[in-house]
Amino acid sequence: MMEKMIFGRFIPGNSIIHQMDPRAKISFVFVFIAIVFIANSAVTYGILLGFTLLVVFLSKIRLYFLINGLKPVFILLIFTFFLHIFFTREGDLLLDIGFIEIYEEGLRQGIFISIRFLVLVFITSILTLTTSPISITDGIEVLLGPFKRVKLPVHELALMMSISLRFIPTLMDETGKILKAQMARGSDIGSGPMKERIKAVVPLLIPLFVSAFKRAEDLATAMEVRGYRGGEGRTRYRQLDWRFVDSLSLLVLAGLAGMLWYFRV
Amino acid sequence: MDILLQEVGYSYAKDTPFEKRALTDVSLHIPSGSYTAIIGHTGSGKSTVLQHLNALLKPTEGSVMIGERKIEAGVKAKNLRDVRRQVGIVFQFPEQQLFDETVLKDIMFGPLNYGVPEEEASRRAHELVEQLGLPPEVLTKSPFDLSGGQMRRVAIAGVLAMEPDVLVLDEPTAGLDPRGRREIMDLFHRLHIQKGLTTVLVTHSMEDAARYADRVAIMHNGHCVVTGEPEEIFSNEEQLGDYRLEPPRTIRLQRKFEAKAGIKLGAISLTEEALAKNIALALLEGRDSE
Amino acid sequence: MNSNILSFENVTFTYAPEDETVKPAVKDLSFSIQDGEWIALVGHNGSGKSTIAKLMNGLLFPQTGKVSAMGRMMEEESLWDIRSQMGMVFQNPDNQFVGATVQDDVAFALENNGVPHKEMVLRVKEALHQVKMEAYFDHEPHHLSGGQKQRVAIAGALALRPRLLILDEATSMLDPQGRMEVIETIRELRRATGLTVISITHDLEEAAMADRILVMNAGHKQLEGTPEAVFLSGNQLTTMGLDLPFAMRMTHLLREAGVELEAEHMTEDELVDDLWTYYSRK
Repeated sequence: MMEKMIFGRFIPGNSIIHQMDPRAKISFVFVFIAIVFIANSAVTYGILLGFTLLVVFLSKIRLYFLINGLKPVFILLIFTFFLHIFFTREGDLLLDIGFIEIYEEGLRQGIFISIRFLVLVFITSILTLTTSPISITDGIEVLLGPFKRVKLPVHELALMMSISLRFIPTLMDETGKILKAQMARGSDIGSGPMKERIKAVVPLLIPLFVSAFKRAEDLATAMEVRGYRGGEGRTRYRQLDWRFVDSLSLLVLAGLAGMLWYFRV
Repeated sequence: MDILLQEVGYSYAKDTPFEKRALTDVSLHIPSGSYTAIIGHTGSGKSTVLQHLNALLKPTEGSVMIGERKIEAGVKAKNLRDVRRQVGIVFQFPEQQLFDETVLKDIMFGPLNYGVPEEEASRRAHELVEQLGLPPEVLTKSPFDLSGGQMRRVAIAGVLAMEPDVLVLDEPTAGLDPRGRREIMDLFHRLHIQKGLTTVLVTHSMEDAARYADRVAIMHNGHCVVTGEPEEIFSNEEQLGDYRLEPPRTIRLQRKFEAKAGIKLGAISLTEEALAKNIALALLEGRDSE
Repeated sequence: MNSNILSFENVTFTYAPEDETVKPAVKDLSFSIQDGEWIALVGHNGSGKSTIAKLMNGLLFPQTGKVSAMGRMMEEESLWDIRSQMGMVFQNPDNQFVGATVQDDVAFALENNGVPHKEMVLRVKEALHQVKMEAYFDHEPHHLSGGQKQRVAIAGALALRPRLLILDEATSMLDPQGRMEVIETIRELRRATGLTVISITHDLEEAAMADRILVMNAGHKQLEGTPEAVFLSGNQLTTMGLDLPFAMRMTHLLREAGVELEAEHMTEDELVDDLWTYYSRK
């Protein structure tokens, strides 16, 4: 189950989207989220959907992987769709079978909300699928830069984030390993009554904590020995490179907003 | 207890963009009472095979027979506890699985899970602590207050306390100092003989495989490429080289000596003692005959 | 020019100074390391090795005695300056990998020391070239083997162009191949640059390659000398839980089996030569 989820994962590649500056991509996603709410008609939602599919196409991520990997999200989507269909009672009555009554407005709303949901999930997934976690962190650090003035520890936050990201695979492996070791000793998290399952979590969590603390201690030592003294006087190895495509992408987005506004009902 | 892998294939994260094939068409028989060493380069699939031996992983192709129990690809396997009680696994760096307040409780964790009465579990814990050369006062200590080597022993005791028929060892001595390494390996060998265990050792150490095992299987790129007796496997340096493995040092030295002296020693030397004996025999015998 | 890179003078360290029943982890230890030397510090687990490592880089300060490095006494003021001239590689390959990718990790110490970007790019490349990991520039740590991670850690240390490289049990968690990779890398480095190296280890095969060995036992220095000299005291080492190199073990076993070898042998080739002489003499 977890293995198949692609939400929040990164697939390396060299598409035009992969090569964009993370700052551009992060800003793009935030602006896009705002723009989505301009749409309110069939044409505008159609434009949004088309635009999103174009982005997916440009990213060279196979649509099949995207759909397959976002399955749990679709369950939520279908749920909201039916919620709208069944509970909106406006417009003409389209269908009436006993206790189920479907109204035109309900169907419209259901479809619109689903599209809105879909494009948001797709675009944010494309961000994480095409941008390495470290680039996202870099982007965020720079974008949050102005907040240093108000004493927001931007450098520390970014470093914490990048170290956490770096250790996720390590800790995932370790969790799997400890889980298996305890399963081999007859502990069973996967089955049995809830009470038993909760009890079975302890032998997993304690070793995980112990090892995480040990790792943290080792890492702190290694960082100190390698001269880490906080953000002051530090130079940056990673330089972000804002290119024409990045400006262009934001221009395209502005164009999209204009178009949506124009066709809005 | 016999374990039989038949045409086993395994892929991690099957049907995703992250799918990774780990095993292809692995057939391997581990006869009851044998001491089998599984050797191979890092990433050859050794650890994946190991996890099939007590159904921690289920094959995505083929089947695994563990004693009477058959675990088949595509067939839901329920109630694997019995299998897991019979096949104990000592993972690499097993001290990472310690969690309980005291060493005693931690060792008793496995047996209690499998329904062994409290008194019996405690008796086993006391006995094992002694067998593993730990002072009895560790029983009441927290496992996290022990030294690294002691923690390793406690973790091993926790697996042995389930009294498995098959003992699977994944690099059980990694990170220990030379003395600790020898003590632990000798202990496993003693248990193997005393309790009539079936032992499977996954190791990088050709020396350990040569010294302790009576059967050797080589894994390479997810395939089980060769199985046989240590004498034949380790005397075939060319074949070992094909799988990027080195012969044990004793055999390397034997070959150097043979090449230099232009003679062949009578037997393949799997241990240092055997090598000393074989060389001495060649040197001294020649002398007597003159 | 001071050629003394690191020295301990009568250093004693206790983790619990107020508790007299706790034995000091390091007792009255003195030694010094000259520029260009390769020293191995050996001892079984719990012999005081790791405490010494922490005293070397100022993570701990001794209760009595003096630690000095690069010609300066180790204290709060000199600490960062001294650290910028020594690189250190630790035991667990995973727990010292700070960067998200190989190149980021190598750059970490450079960033901390405020090296300008242009210079950093050059040094990262150069350091990765020195450990032969340039092909892994953009790799993430969980796609590397243990030996590769340790080589990246060595590159991370080298990027700062240190005068001293300390390997604190850097090979003990690796498989035989990883261990060979790391040892080969160090030998290659020594050949090319003559860098001063301290390796802290319980592997005597590794120690045999050093110029000088210090044997630690229960917090004090038990033996010191060239590998040959140290290994000659064979039984003393084995009672300390250490293992003689393979060729020496074989020499002893052969003697027990009645082959009267006279000399001690450090390498397999020497032993084979001697056996051959023995054989041709008969």
